[in-house]
Amino acid sequence: MINTIDKLNENIAARTKDLQDKLSGADGKRHIVLCGGTGCLSNHSKEISEKFREVLADRGVADKVTVNLVGCFGFCSQGPFVKIYPEDTLYRLVKIEDVEEIVDTDICGGTVVDRLLYVEPATGEKVSKQDDINFYKKQRRVALHGCGVINPEDINEALGMGAFQGLKRALSMSRQEVIDEVLASGIRGRGGAGFPSGRKWQFAYNSQGDEKYVVCNGDEGDPGAFMDRSILEGNPLAVIEGMMIAGYAIGASNGYFYVRAEYPIAVNRLRIAIKQAKELGLLGENILGSGFSFDCHLRLGAGAFVCGEETALLNSIEGKRGMPRPRPPFPAVKGLWGKPTIINNVETLACVPYILREGAEKFASVGTEKSKGTKVFALGGKVNNVGLVEVPMGTTLRELIYDIGGGIPGGKKFKAIQTGGPSGGCLTEEFLDEPIDFDNLVAKGSMMGSGGAIVMDEDNCMVDVAKFYMEFICDESCGKCTPCRIGTKRMLEILTRITEGKGTMQDLEDLEDLSKTVKTNSLCALGQTASNPITSTLSHFRDEYIAHIVDKKCPAHVCKSMMQYVIDKEKCIGCGMCAKGCPAGCITRTDYIAPGHKLASFEIDAAKCVKCGACISTCKKDAIEKR
Amino acid sequence: MGGLKAEAVAQIKEICGRYKDENTPLMMILSDIQNEYGYIPLEVQEIVSQETGISVAEIYGVVTFYSFFSLTPKGKYVIGCCLGTACYVKGAQNVIDKFSEILKIKPGETTADGMFTLDALRCIGACGIAPAVTINGTVYPKMSAGKVPEVVAHYVKEGATA
Repeated sequence: MINTIDKLNENIAARTKDLQDKLSGADGKRHIVLCGGTGCLSNHSKEISEKFREVLADRGVADKVTVNLVGCFGFCSQGPFVKIYPEDTLYRLVKIEDVEEIVDTDICGGTVVDRLLYVEPATGEKVSKQDDINFYKKQRRVALHGCGVINPEDINEALGMGAFQGLKRALSMSRQEVIDEVLASGIRGRGGAGFPSGRKWQFAYNSQGDEKYVVCNGDEGDPGAFMDRSILEGNPLAVIEGMMIAGYAIGASNGYFYVRAEYPIAVNRLRIAIKQAKELGLLGENILGSGFSFDCHLRLGAGAFVCGEETALLNSIEGKRGMPRPRPPFPAVKGLWGKPTIINNVETLACVPYILREGAEKFASVGTEKSKGTKVFALGGKVNNVGLVEVPMGTTLRELIYDIGGGIPGGKKFKAIQTGGPSGGCLTEEFLDEPIDFDNLVAKGSMMGSGGAIVMDEDNCMVDVAKFYMEFICDESCGKCTPCRIGTKRMLEILTRITEGKGTMQDLEDLEDLSKTVKTNSLCALGQTASNPITSTLSHFRDEYIAHIVDKKCPAHVCKSMMQYVIDKEKCIGCGMCAKGCPAGCITRTDYIAPGHKLASFEIDAAKCVKCGACISTCKKDAIEKR
Repeated sequence: MGGLKAEAVAQIKEICGRYKDENTPLMMILSDIQNEYGYIPLEVQEIVSQETGISVAEIYGVVTFYSFFSLTPKGKYVIGCCLGTACYVKGAQNVIDKFSEILKIKPGETTADGMFTLDALRCIGACGIAPAVTINGTVYPKMSAGKVPEVVAHYVKEGATA
């Protein structure tokens, strides 16, 4: 049991030494860690770790080498990752077949396995250490502290990485002093709207109530965002500690995690972390002899996007339909079960221990004037380095996409970056040098949102993208208020019409009208921001809308009713692979033999074609194109 | 409620009993029933109502609100195609269309033999390996329409032998 400050200090000192000895090799062992995030696990990192244990035992070195799964490395497109301490060698795209070679060559032979190192695409240079890879160079880990380093299922490693030092300091301060520290850090809510977290805490502190609650919003629903999942998977104790500090500050003794049911690994690791903290006495009654008691509870979502909205989330915990409540009263006054409640996002709470441990000043030394600290982005879509990146606020979109993201694959042209999920908008090339912060993104017609950043290239149709988001919103609208329930449906109908080549110019005006109505009259943020994808694509890509309406053409060849697959008969070598794989049986051989070829070319019967795209992916000669 | 077997009734009651100490545990009860019993038909809701004192109308309202809760049984294999943005821009629509075509069911439906359910999922947060498909918890990374027949065939075979 760690029930006094002295015991905590002793423990931290011992665990910190353990961890440092492990990372530096002072314990005389080698340590293999593998990424255990959702992406790498699905690429078999767990099986690879088992294989390591097997081969190490077979080579008789099992007692000199440990094998552990850790949290997300962030560089998902290069996973699964294997890292070896103390040399800090990083292998990427590791397969089960590579295990023996790594053990024999590196662990036993002391030579780096060259072919498994990351190759910097720009220079062709092989890089053996994580910190030397361009993807990581501009990053700065605050919220992701410990992710990819510690074993998330072992509280001792977290203690060696600074866990509970923030809480320790908080408990030595008055509750108001803790709130002042958070206010001074300038941290704003990482869940989307960017409301100053310290002010939220102050409201709840000022509210009278015999019982108060802290709720952690882990209902990360924005498609394309997975930072909260990775934090919960990589360092769940940081979020628990952040919640405890918040609880101490506002005077709450119970905290609720509300996590998506879609995140089973995160839920499991959170459960383990809560259990381990309780066993050590770091959660429960009279924590560290301070008189402060706190308990954590876990509630799961059930697949409703709107529950990411804070009042809908509260209704869901209360066992009701997840519909938002009118505000005011704000949750800080009347929240969970009618008691004063603060609701903070996972990433926000993960930053709190850092603020208390390192001081508000250090946190605020990074970032822009009004957006302090760092932000985690889930970089996805048409970008080489798909993954999770944490950068200082104020980093430009260009740095994010090109320096860290490594640019667009296949030499395609950048078209837009979509930030903020279904509530956000698309930003085009002209905005690439804009610094990213809460206010600047809003000023440019998008928003930070939870940090999803999806890159789109010339092959993405922006009308189709707008339709995609509207389909999402229409489906997820809870139906409580009329503007959102009916407005989104009408907007979706119009967008569908346009993508089917049946749109009119009047439709564009109607879209703009509806957008305004839904934005200004909806009850909650879901409806208020629902039209952002439409307004931003309409302002930056109006020409694409017009091409669909007037020319009946989809410039990106995405909208199926306006596109057809055609075989270039000069390029076709007549191998017949496309015809073999065609589910509609619409590809047949012609009698034309192109000069230089031996077999007659094929052609597609446009009337029968279902436009599934199977042929284009089988053709080795790039002879099939979309027109 | 005559349709339910005694053991099913006991199972539902046991699940309701797990959360006696929790404030407003309806969501937790329903999640467990969905996971362990497979679906939440009206007969089951009636038992939950008796055990918790919450009206059936309210329970029905909650069951139908959340997409994870189902009134009808799901297939032996639940195929979830992620249609989050990252997956969508990389062709997830083609993947789900292909499943639809092969299994001859629309998203949200279950095959007549009770073998497969096809679900369109919101982002499952596996954007690094888009387009992602999950089948009973196993995640298939970087899917394409071309890989779909092979995956379906695997489960058809497994389902026939099991």
